[in-house]
Amino acid sequence: MNRRILMGALLAGAVAMGFTAAAEAAYPERPITVVVPWGAGGGTDATARIVASLMEKELGVPVNVVNRTGGSGVVGHSAIATAEPDGYTIGMITVEIGMMHWQGLTDLNWESYTPLALYNEDPPGVNVRADSKWQTLAELMEDIKAAPPGAMKASGTGQGGIWHVALGGMLQAAGLAADHVQWVPSQGAAPGLQDLVAGGIDLVTCSVPEAKALIDAGKVRSLAVMSAERNPAFPDVPTLKEAAGIEFTVGAWRGLAGPKGLPEEVTGVLVPLLEKIHGMDEFKEFMNQRGFGMVYKPPAEFAAFMAERDAAFGGIMKGLGLAQ
Amino acid sequence: MDALLAGAALVLAPDNLLVMLLAGAFGLFVGGMPGLTATMATALLVPVTFFMPPVPAISAIVTATAMAIFAGDLPGALLRIPGTPASAAYVEDAFRMTQKGEAETVLGAGLVFSVIGGLVGAVILALLAPTLAEFALGFSSFEYFWLALFGLSCAVFISTGSPAKGLVSVLIGLLLATVGIDTTAGHPRFTFGSVELLGGVSFIPAMIGIFAISEVLRWVTGPRAAAHITRQFGNVFRGQWALFRRYKVNVARSAVVGTGIGVLPGAGADIAAWVTYALAKRFSKEPEKFGTGHVEGVVDAGTANNASLGGAWVPAMVFGIPGDSITAIVIGVLYMKNMNPGPTLMLNQPELLYAVFVTFFVANLLLLPLGWVAIKLYRRILEVPREVLMPIILVFCMVGAFAINNSVFGIGIMLVLGVLGWFMEENGFPVAPAILGLVLGELIEHNFITSMIKADGRLLGFFERPVAAVLGVVTLLVWTWVVVGKVRQVWQDSGPRRSAA
Repeated sequence: MNRRILMGALLAGAVAMGFTAAAEAAYPERPITVVVPWGAGGGTDATARIVASLMEKELGVPVNVVNRTGGSGVVGHSAIATAEPDGYTIGMITVEIGMMHWQGLTDLNWESYTPLALYNEDPPGVNVRADSKWQTLAELMEDIKAAPPGAMKASGTGQGGIWHVALGGMLQAAGLAADHVQWVPSQGAAPGLQDLVAGGIDLVTCSVPEAKALIDAGKVRSLAVMSAERNPAFPDVPTLKEAAGIEFTVGAWRGLAGPKGLPEEVTGVLVPLLEKIHGMDEFKEFMNQRGFGMVYKPPAEFAAFMAERDAAFGGIMKGLGLAQ
Repeated sequence: MDALLAGAALVLAPDNLLVMLLAGAFGLFVGGMPGLTATMATALLVPVTFFMPPVPAISAIVTATAMAIFAGDLPGALLRIPGTPASAAYVEDAFRMTQKGEAETVLGAGLVFSVIGGLVGAVILALLAPTLAEFALGFSSFEYFWLALFGLSCAVFISTGSPAKGLVSVLIGLLLATVGIDTTAGHPRFTFGSVELLGGVSFIPAMIGIFAISEVLRWVTGPRAAAHITRQFGNVFRGQWALFRRYKVNVARSAVVGTGIGVLPGAGADIAAWVTYALAKRFSKEPEKFGTGHVEGVVDAGTANNASLGGAWVPAMVFGIPGDSITAIVIGVLYMKNMNPGPTLMLNQPELLYAVFVTFFVANLLLLPLGWVAIKLYRRILEVPREVLMPIILVFCMVGAFAINNSVFGIGIMLVLGVLGWFMEENGFPVAPAILGLVLGELIEHNFITSMIKADGRLLGFFERPVAAVLGVVTLLVWTWVVVGKVRQVWQDSGPRRSAA
């Protein structure tokens, strides 16, 4: 009996030592999981997969992309935040992390994560039907101001989604109530654009790549883009400031993060690696191909960026009656 | 013409054919496993397509999905467990036919009419893509609302037995569809504070539960003397020509309706199968045989679900708007392969566009031999003793329910709905309408609410657009007709009994 306990203790000790040794070995030594809160085939998934494949090449361990969808992104964002902070489960966090908690859907916010790198931001455009009477944003804004609240309809994503907040912010910056234009929720930009073309609504705010096919088809006209600079793919589309003197910029962003409290052994490997990936030709080529905007912010700047956006969104979402 | 030949050359290159063969085998496996769907096959192929040139990447997806939709019929017919949601509409008929010893007829019909549907869909895709896309793009939420409501009326046709029980079943499905974040206002409903329930009752685990788990439960609780069909299958192609001649009108109707439903954004192979099955029953000379092992509905829905696959590519390629969940993934792949969807695709890279059409053709022709092999192999499943087979099915169900969201919660949904489905069937409630309610619930609610927002709360808004007005009137007429018909039927049924008493 005693002997067996002794053996057991020895065994346990050996196992424990094995674990200690493993912990001391260089990170990473087993496969890494990248959680994506959105579905396979979408923009977030596509960018996650290209980053994962480049990480795999550099690190020499498998990097698996796992889609945890549902709950307007809450499910996946929760999975990243509640993972063991050992560096083997990281994930994509998206602009919604600064929005969901205002709506009371979750307690998670940007402080629930260890930021690793921000690598993408896409500003939305203001799109109208190609056969509509609005040729410029100034004309559209005039009609919006003249119309009674709620008479004009807009779409592009679900209630409280990023493009809804973008529209509210633009209207606030123009001196109107954030909800002066009635939002018609849709299940993403594509159904919203389809409704625009079908004549169901007046305007759609969504990212430039999302509207590109219909703009090229001559079905949709883009009046302005909500960024500081024009989009190189559409040099003729002015910024909000140029088109109507509205001082407002916004964008949907995507970045990599881990659960709160990632140890330095992990961040010391991942942060320089992600910076390197951002500079790679393969990555640039892919992002340009899909029309995704490229930015890069290391952890500290990424955190400051999220804090700033979080506060700004809170104000707009209160104006839209979305914040609880 | 040059572009067509160039496209065909790209598709018929030996390495591309090899890719299609492998993808076909993969698709047959995925579709044949209960709970693994054609959409999942596509999602699993995406990382592989990263390393392929454009045409093999597209070919792999087209082939795998065509095979998977057909292969979903195999477990449906042999085990009463639909392999993919697209086979759920006619699983009852298919399984009853197997019980009657007509397995080769129903599997052969599934295969042959899948091929025909797929080929017709490919032709329509090649000839009418821009026109169809233009038409589908004119649909707003008003039109979709009426279409979805019309789809729900299919429940009346597909449910066998008591209409009241069918209605209860539909309402159960609609109730389940309300769980989760409400798609319009973004408020959580019936989530009880659970993060997982925010995502709602996922359709795939629900379907696996209602069909597969309830089947396992029925076997566990039922008599063990289930007869094994151990004989060799005959020629699966025998009698198919006669079926085609008898049902040529059905085939034509279902191929066109199936392609049309595929073209509409948001409706795919599963809805195409339900609608054409209901239409078949409505227009059949022998509607009383539906649900008892009658091949007619299998012919119709089997044609339509494969036809819808091609249709779904129309809006995806012309406007970048997905026609179903498969093409939603495909659009991402197209962008990655520098085939940016849009009208410019036709101008800049016509050979690639034609390659997609040719791929659909070749994939559906390839389905004939590969599907035949799959039937031959799958037959052996019936030789496996049920004591061994049922636990294996249970494992695959768990894998499928887990894989859809990579979450154990999916397995929970599957088990709960499995018990629910078992209770429903034991008490004479048909399960098919519940599945239909779950599929259409969100579509109906979402389009109703957004239409009301757009019309500022005026119900007349639903009749103000010409297409919506026509659809609305037709739907209301069908509903009135159904209600009057049922009332009269009940009246007549109860008349003699009352006088006898």
